[in-house]
Order: sequence, then C-alpha cells, then structure tokens
Amino acid sequence: MTAIAPGTVPKASPRGGAARARMLRGLLPALSLALVLMGIAWLNPRAISYFGFNLMLNLAIPIALATIAQMFVIAGNELDLSIGTFVGFVGCVTATWLRDAPLLGIVVLLGSIGVYALLGALIHLRNLPSIVVTLGMSFVWQGLAILVLPKPGGKAPDWLLSIMSFKPPYIPFPILAALLIAAVVHFGLMRTSYGVILRGSGGNAAALRRAGWSLLRTKVVLFALTGLFGVLSGMALIGITTSADANIGNGYTLLSIAGVILGGGEFVGGRVSPIGAVLGALTLALAASPLLTFMHIPPDWQVAANGAILIIVLAARVLISRKER
Amino acid sequence: MLQAIADIVRLNGAEKHFGAVRALNGVDFHVGAGECVGLVGHNGAGKSTLMHMVAGTLRPDGGQIAVRGNTEASYSVARALELGIRCVFQELSLCPNLSVAENTRINHPSLTGFGWRRRAADLIRAKLDEIFPDHGISADDIAGDLSIGRRQMVEVARAFTLTSQPLHLVILDEPTSSLDAHAAGQLLSFVRRFVAAGGSCILISHVLGEVLQNADRIVVMRDGKVVAADAADVFDRDKLVAAMGGAEGHQKAVTKARTTEGGVLRVRARPARQQDGKELVARAGEIIGLAGLAGHGQTDLLLAIFSAAARARAGIEVTAPVALVAGDRQSDGIFSQWSIAQNIGIRSLARLRNGLLISPQREAELAEFWKNKIGIRTPDMNNNIFSLSGGNQQKALFARALGSDAQIVLMDDPMRGVDIGTKLEVYDLLREEAAKGRTFLWYTTETEELDNCDHVYVFKNGRIVANLRRDELTEEKIIQSSFGDAA
Repeated sequence: MTAIAPGTVPKASPRGGAARARMLRGLLPALSLALVLMGIAWLNPRAISYFGFNLMLNLAIPIALATIAQMFVIAGNELDLSIGTFVGFVGCVTATWLRDAPLLGIVVLLGSIGVYALLGALIHLRNLPSIVVTLGMSFVWQGLAILVLPKPGGKAPDWLLSIMSFKPPYIPFPILAALLIAAVVHFGLMRTSYGVILRGSGGNAAALRRAGWSLLRTKVVLFALTGLFGVLSGMALIGITTSADANIGNGYTLLSIAGVILGGGEFVGGRVSPIGAVLGALTLALAASPLLTFMHIPPDWQVAANGAILIIVLAARVLISRKER
Repeated sequence: MLQAIADIVRLNGAEKHFGAVRALNGVDFHVGAGECVGLVGHNGAGKSTLMHMVAGTLRPDGGQIAVRGNTEASYSVARALELGIRCVFQELSLCPNLSVAENTRINHPSLTGFGWRRRAADLIRAKLDEIFPDHGISADDIAGDLSIGRRQMVEVARAFTLTSQPLHLVILDEPTSSLDAHAAGQLLSFVRRFVAAGGSCILISHVLGEVLQNADRIVVMRDGKVVAADAADVFDRDKLVAAMGGAEGHQKAVTKARTTEGGVLRVRARPARQQDGKELVARAGEIIGLAGLAGHGQTDLLLAIFSAAARARAGIEVTAPVALVAGDRQSDGIFSQWSIAQNIGIRSLARLRNGLLISPQREAELAEFWKNKIGIRTPDMNNNIFSLSGGNQQKALFARALGSDAQIVLMDDPMRGVDIGTKLEVYDLLREEAAKGRTFLWYTTETEELDNCDHVYVFKNGRIVANLRRDELTEEKIIQSSFGDAA
C-alpha cells in the first residue's frame, strides 16, 4: 500500500453548503440544551449548582440510556415501541429477583436481551414491520412486569443504590454518567469498523448485502444492543427510585424516540448520533419538570411544553436544511 | 501474471426467469485474463441480469458458472469476492449516510482493528488520485453530500482498491453514465492500464464509441440471448447497431397511414431540458410514440403533461381531460385492496355519483361494459383485482383510462410483462379509440410497439432529438438517434 504520512491529509474539499448545514444540524441538540439551561438560570440562578443539577437531572441517566437503546433500532430503520414497558419490566425484576435471588435475576435480564435479539431475527427473516412486533411486545413486557411485581414495591439491591447515589467531586454524577455513556456509544457505533456496518445497514441495505455482509446479523446485533441498554436503563431507574412499579417506564417509549430525533437522528437512513441522543435526552429531562415548575406551569401542561420544544427544534432543523439547498 | 489460466469466468447455458419473463435464455459467456469485454444491447436485453449472475447477486435458474476453470456449485457474492470478481452496479450502491472512507470499509472485511479509518482513507484517496487525478473528493466527505458524478467516481475507485482479497475481474455497468467527458476519459484510460497489467474487465455502456474504442472483444445481447460476439475491430458503429436492433426487417403492424394533420390540437409540450425549438405536438385522433432509451425523460414529460392538465405549466399546453396508464402497475396503478370494478371506476367518480354517494349500480354497469369490450377474464368484476393475471390487471387499468372522459390518454410503457395476446387486443382497441378522436401519448421501450404510432419522438438526456413520421420509422433510425454520441 502506498504509505501516506498522516500529516498530509488534504484539507476538506469545498463541499461548503452541505457540510455547513450538517455542522449546524449537529450543533442543534447542544444549542437546544443550552437554551433550556439558560431559561432555568434566568428563572432561578441557584439551580445552576452542583446540588441543583443533581436534583434536576435526577432521572436523566435512565432516560439517556433508554434513548440510546432506541437509537440503535432507529439506526437500522426500525422503531421500538416496547422500550418503555421493557424498562418497567427490567425495573420490576431488579427490585425483586436481582436483590433476593441475584443469579435468577441475572439470568432473566440476560434472557430478556436474548429475546430482543430474537425479535431482531424475526423482524428480518419474516420481513415484519417492527412497529407492529414491538407494539405487541410492549403488552407482553407489561404483563410480565405485573406478574413479577403485582403491587408497587420491592427494593433495589444495595450495590445499585450506592452506585446511583455516587457523589463525585465538582461534577454532578448525572453529567459525568451522560458524558461516559455518550463517549462509549459514540466510539462503539461511530468509530469502530463494525459500527460502520451497523449504520450502513440503515443507509443502504442492498449495498451491504452485495458486499457480502449478513443483514440478519446486523439486525440481531442492533436489537440486542437495544435490549442491553434497555436493561441498563431499567436498573439505573430503580437505583434512583429505590422501588419499582410495573408502570414505571411507560413514558419512556415516546421520550426515547423524541430524544433520538431531538438529537439529530432521522427515522430512516441510518443517520443517528449518540452524542446528540444523549443531549436530546438531557434536554427533555431538564425541560420535563424543573424549568416549568419554576415558571408556575401546572404539571398537566408540562408534557405539551416538551412537545413544543420538539416541534421548535425540528422546525429549526428543516429551516437549516432548506436554506443550504 | 495470470496468463497461465485462460478464463477468469465462464458461463454455459445460463438461464433466468422472472415470472413469465425470460430474462436470460441459454447464454454462453466468458471473459479471459487480461481482456476487456464490451457488452452492449438494448434495454431489457439481459445485460444486467447476466452481470448480476457473474457477480453472484443472482442465482441462475439453469446452466453452469465456472471461475478459472473450476465449476462453482454454490456461487454467491462472498464467493465471487473471494475469487477476485467485483462489480460496480448501475444503480449507485454507496451508503449515503457514511463517509467515503467508511464506504470503502464496507467492501473490505479486512479493514478492521486499530487505525482502520486512516487505512481506509489512505486506500480510497490513493486510488481516486490514481484514476481521477483532479477529483476534489475528501475521504471524510459524506457520500450523500457528493454530486452524483463524484459518487460514481468513488464507487468506481472503490472497486479497484486492494486489501487482502484478490482482484481479477471488475464489472463496470454503465460506469460513465453520470461522469462528464473528462472524468469518463480518465476512467477509460485507467481501465486500459488495468487490463494491460493483466486484469480483466467487463464494460457495459450505451455509448457505443466507448465500447468500440476500449474493449478487446464485444458481445452483443438481444432478447436474453447473445446474438454476436467477436473481436472489437470487426465491429463498427453501424454493425453494432444492426446487431442490437436485429437487421431482419419486420412487417409493419398497420400499413395504412392515416392523415391526421388537420385534427384539433390536444397537446403541445416542450421538455424542461429542451434547448432548441423542438416540441411535442399531438392532435385529436393521433397515436404519438415516445421512444429512446429508458429513463431519458419520456416519463418525466408524460407526468408533466398530466399535471399541466390540472394546473397550467409553462411550456405545456393541454386542451382536454387527461388520463394516465401507469407502467409500474403494482406501485402506481392498482389499488390492491379494491375490486376490479372499483379499480376501473376510480377515474370516473363524477359520472358514477348519485347525489353524494357512488352508485353501485352505475359502477357495475361501467365495469361490465369494459369487461366485455376489452375482454377481462374473470367470473365476477367484484373480485379483488389481484385475482387477475398481470395482463388482465393491465387491461383493467386501460379500462379505467378509456372508460373515463379523458380525451388524452398518456401511457407510460404500459405493456411491461404483458403477454403478446393481450397486447394485440389492446393495440386494436387503441386504434379504434384513436379513430373516434382520442389522442394517445405512448412511451414504450419495445420498438415493435412504435409501429402502431403515427409519429414517434425520440428522447435522449431529457430532450427530444428526433421526430420520425410513420413512413420514416425504422428500428435502426430510432437506435441511431437514441445512441447518438455527442460528437
């Protein structure tokens, strides 16, 4: 192979418009997070503190993990409508079996990741719409969660509680955890050589097949990763709330989809961004309660405010794309 | 370096059917080492099917494939790559969401581990520099941001990159279709260097000059068969055209030339990309053919005329109601959940209405009339449209258009995959309707069908390049004008 010194990389060719639009779109999730933060700072400056962030971003870690889980299926042009009830199911297992019979708990959680992998295989082999399959699965997970924990209760394992209440110096734990999640997933999906294949399966599946790659394998891997991050999300959630409820994760399905889209992802074409998805999840977590409670907006309206943020950001994205065209 | 082995790949009696259509009908084909084989033929002659077979993406229904003398029992893409056979497909196969370097990685399983990004980028950059010295593409560019020409450059360069897998034969299916003359020249001279160094190449192109100048041997296909194969210097342009079109004269379906000069003007349209004064003119009672290679603007013009009927558009004048018979009936023509009668009635709802509701009785009358008139073979017009064979489904779509008030009927290659019996019935019906004053604009990829037309406009690159009257119409003339190299 001709050896080219690493320093001689030619400067990015002038693909001006498209590249600039891409960069602006990439900055949009960070901008929307900054705007929400500025709003909070303006309403209550004392919220911008170590303690304030710990409080406001209380639930950000499970939301970010669920958003990452959703991002993996979206990277393969699919959608997971069962992630919310799955997080709830994992929560119920975590608050019962994982504490009382750790071995059983671990087997069940690993098995549920295996079920996700099988769903991916089923969707690929039978060419089923993932929306339908996962919508059906959402009822299955919900039912199982109720079987495991008929009444709200249970208790998180102590080791999990101590992890989730970790208080590092200077930087609030949720921010540290978000950075870690974003960095790990960004490396795995955006920088490794197999990550390229996973994203390529969403971009142009036919091209991948012609290059000799197994589309069954990419789909199974993407769904298994969704299951893995769903499990992590459910465990993190119980580590914070300390006890579980079969309905605890129900809101996460739409929240996770919104987080991926807010973070610059698109429903088709394999265009996703792990860093953006985490930023999107943080934005939604922040906007969900503190900002609006400061503004004396009743909780009933807070969901609508979340929707408004989504619409505004997506509208900005379309405007950017259109301007550059 | 490969001279010891004569054949890289050899197919014996390759056959392929798609439903009732015979795409390949017992083809013998081979490529030797250090040889550039040119493959030419009209649309649908079977070139792409044959190449998919060589590349391993399609499995032959019959016949054998042998690579370097060994018969391959279970031939696949992975096996082809292992044996050093690669293909640049006609439809672009880059992932638009990935960078140029990442797209290179997809074709090289060995590009993994630490530093793979840099290695992939170096690999594709070096090859782009070698083939297209002034390409202006960065390895970090996202494929979807590149112009179509640059995407094609990346795709071609990617096929020639070398890692652990060998490289003996590259199939280039219309590699210059999106390249300008300069880049095309660069590519073709690279192909010559590659072949001179012992590699092999299959070059498919509609630009006959490219094939004549660069191939060592030329294979001509027609109707799923190889009709001529010889050294390139035996052929010239006219011989190629004659071999592609079939030199034997065919009898005209209709000999009587009707005089329609005085008819009422129905359509006057000028394609968006037309630069000279040529325009399409259709009068009442005329059947107008739109010819040329597939995808050269015929469908675009039909759709433009269709939308001009509803809302005025610059450059297009339409004076009567319009109906369109779609060519891709599964995606553009049929309402798959509806009955045959409902499928026919949809274009005539205004007439079928009784107050606010559709009258089932009138719908049934319309359907029954056309069932008898056009001969739709079904026991009950209330059956689902999918209970019909493909040809009868197409008849239902014709009935939809002809049963409406439309005086202008646009037909977008409607006879694809329709058997000859149905075709002849529909031709008769069209002539009958034209005699009553209807106007037909008929895009077809089958040259014989043009014999039913009064006038034929030949398209190339979105423009009308020729206007042939019935008495000047020959297959050679159509091919000649649709292959007209920009001299």
